[in-house]
Amino acid sequence: MKFFNSLAALAVLGATAVVHVASAATLDDVMKKGFIQCGVSQGLPGFSNPDEKGNWTGIDIDVCRAVAAAVFGDANQVKYTPLSAKVRFTALQSGEIDILSRNTTWTLTRDTSLGLNFAGVNYYDGQGFMVPKKLGVKSAKELDGAAVCTNLGTTTELNMSDYFAANKMKYTPVVFEKADEVVAAYDAGRCDVYTTDRSGLAAQRLKMKDPDAHTVLPETISKEPLGPVVRHGDDQWLDIVKWTLFAMVEAEEQGITSKNVDDKLKSDNPATKRLLGVEGDMGEKLGLSNKWIYNIVKQVGNYGESFDKHVGPNTPLKLTRGVNALWNKGGLMYPMPIR
Amino acid sequence: MSSLDNNAQYPVGEHPNWEPPVSNVGVIGWMKHNLFSSRLNTILTLLAIYLLYTVIPPVVQWAILDADWVGSSKADCTGEGACWVYINVWWKQIMYGRYPDAELWRVQTAYVLGLVGLIPLMIPNFPKKKWISAYLLLLFPFMAYVLFSGDNLGLKLVETPLWGGLFLTLVIAITGIVASLPLGILLALGRRSNMPVIKTLCILFIEFWRGVPLITVLFMASVMFPLFLPQGVNFDQLLRALIGVALFAAAYMAEVVRGGLQAIPKGQYEAAQALGLSYWKTTIFIIMPQALKLVIPGIVNVFIALFKDTTLVSIIGLFDFLGMIQLVNTNPDWLSFAIEGYVFAAVIFWFFCFGMSRYSQHLEKKLHTGH
Repeated sequence: MKFFNSLAALAVLGATAVVHVASAATLDDVMKKGFIQCGVSQGLPGFSNPDEKGNWTGIDIDVCRAVAAAVFGDANQVKYTPLSAKVRFTALQSGEIDILSRNTTWTLTRDTSLGLNFAGVNYYDGQGFMVPKKLGVKSAKELDGAAVCTNLGTTTELNMSDYFAANKMKYTPVVFEKADEVVAAYDAGRCDVYTTDRSGLAAQRLKMKDPDAHTVLPETISKEPLGPVVRHGDDQWLDIVKWTLFAMVEAEEQGITSKNVDDKLKSDNPATKRLLGVEGDMGEKLGLSNKWIYNIVKQVGNYGESFDKHVGPNTPLKLTRGVNALWNKGGLMYPMPIR
Repeated sequence: MSSLDNNAQYPVGEHPNWEPPVSNVGVIGWMKHNLFSSRLNTILTLLAIYLLYTVIPPVVQWAILDADWVGSSKADCTGEGACWVYINVWWKQIMYGRYPDAELWRVQTAYVLGLVGLIPLMIPNFPKKKWISAYLLLLFPFMAYVLFSGDNLGLKLVETPLWGGLFLTLVIAITGIVASLPLGILLALGRRSNMPVIKTLCILFIEFWRGVPLITVLFMASVMFPLFLPQGVNFDQLLRALIGVALFAAAYMAEVVRGGLQAIPKGQYEAAQALGLSYWKTTIFIIMPQALKLVIPGIVNVFIALFKDTTLVSIIGLFDFLGMIQLVNTNPDWLSFAIEGYVFAAVIFWFFCFGMSRYSQHLEKKLHTGH
């Protein structure tokens, strides 16, 4: 893996050397070709995975669909490029994709040295621990001496060693290449603890023989703000993606859903009127139609709807909103004012 | 028989033909000979029986007896055993990827067109095999390409990112196989050529491609390559993988064929020269038929390895058969069925690889004309 990482680093170096001087406006390109090319994962439950009809679905997919709804007024004008973690940034740099919406953590290094811009956060994740209930562990502080299963060569491994060192605890890492192997090893009792991002834990737990025999500890040991990424140097396109995210959250804050959005068109509330393009020219300022938010909410839904549909309590993943709740409900989702 | 006396003396030449002892014939004789011939063999046999006893019943129980076969949702999988409903529900995607439903007939038509050519080839003494081979090698790939990708003859364009599943595996493997054999033969001839430039080029090519792992080739094709192209110019991802796989396999094929060439005695060349045959006539009519026959096991080895190596394309975002099985396993409603998926993949891969292996054995036997 080290080898591939250095290869990837080399690739990135090449990218910055060849420098694709952020050419023409992505919006114009996208308009001309008639669809958005969206980079997604190779399957991550609830974020981007195929449904039984073969369509991509998930909250990362909804970001791309929302941008398509804003740009074209049709959420289906998206084509997906599944990307492995190693090739995702190159695909964006080389112009193969227009947006990377692939559970990518926003970090300073990525934002600066890769020639990318993060447009915002659509899911605040963080690394957690899962243990079998029968161990009776209530807190990660009690994990001294534990054998911990995790994936090879990811930041997960690093966070874990930092956390145990900071708390002066010992642990034995049990490391595997593939998520399936980690789950199998943990389920077979080869380690006491399984650590990865909390959204991942929720999904992997369902693969256990008895999902209810395991519990996720309350501690979150790292910040993993996941969000869509665009190429550096195209501010208009960055604005469109950024404000599309805000619009979805703002719609939830104002109680506008895909079901009631048509009624809300008749609302007297000036903020709602502005949002749905009944008044004002918010869309034009971005180079879009003023109906852009109406189209997003009508076709994709607001942020809360998207969350509930793909990862929320009524899905098999059963994730609660937690820090992903609206700011006025104790969460971190704070849309900048659309005015 | 019973009237015969074991100890009786018979005149020379008049000894009656007795049945062999019961313990030396039939099932018992076979077992005595093959399974319990010595103390060590007896212990090993008993151990093996015990091993089979511990492995087979649970597997049969899981895969067949306790398994759920019919249904359309996860709720139908109530049993302790395998949930084959999972394969059933995702069948279309595992087989064809995201190829549009309305266009599936095109893939199926191509399958039929391929089988129409392939089956007669496998029947001994079928007439006009040369023409059938020509159809398979020249006309069929062209027809398949037109059918799969479309955008002409009134067919709708189906972009390669939608291709997937077993269909994609077959596309990559068959392209690799069809391209690598002729290319490999040319490279092998080139490497043994007396012309220094051609010889050097062939050696460089072969040693370069043999020197790098396939996964690196694919990775470079998918990560580095786009960076050297001007922005907006995109080379199809699948095409990049196909070229990579074909060149890679060709290098291995070249060495296998060269092994065959080296086994041909010098006398064959000299005899051909003495008859006044040109280089190409010698190669095509004297050398190659003998050399290729010798290396059939090696060639099929390369084919089988190539078929299995196609699974590596998943690192560049293509969903081959195995990749698709892993992908559909990420649907939140169907998370806990990874084992069923992998078992199914193993069975299908085994079926293809074993098929190739059996056919090669058949070919070897048929072509073993002896010298």
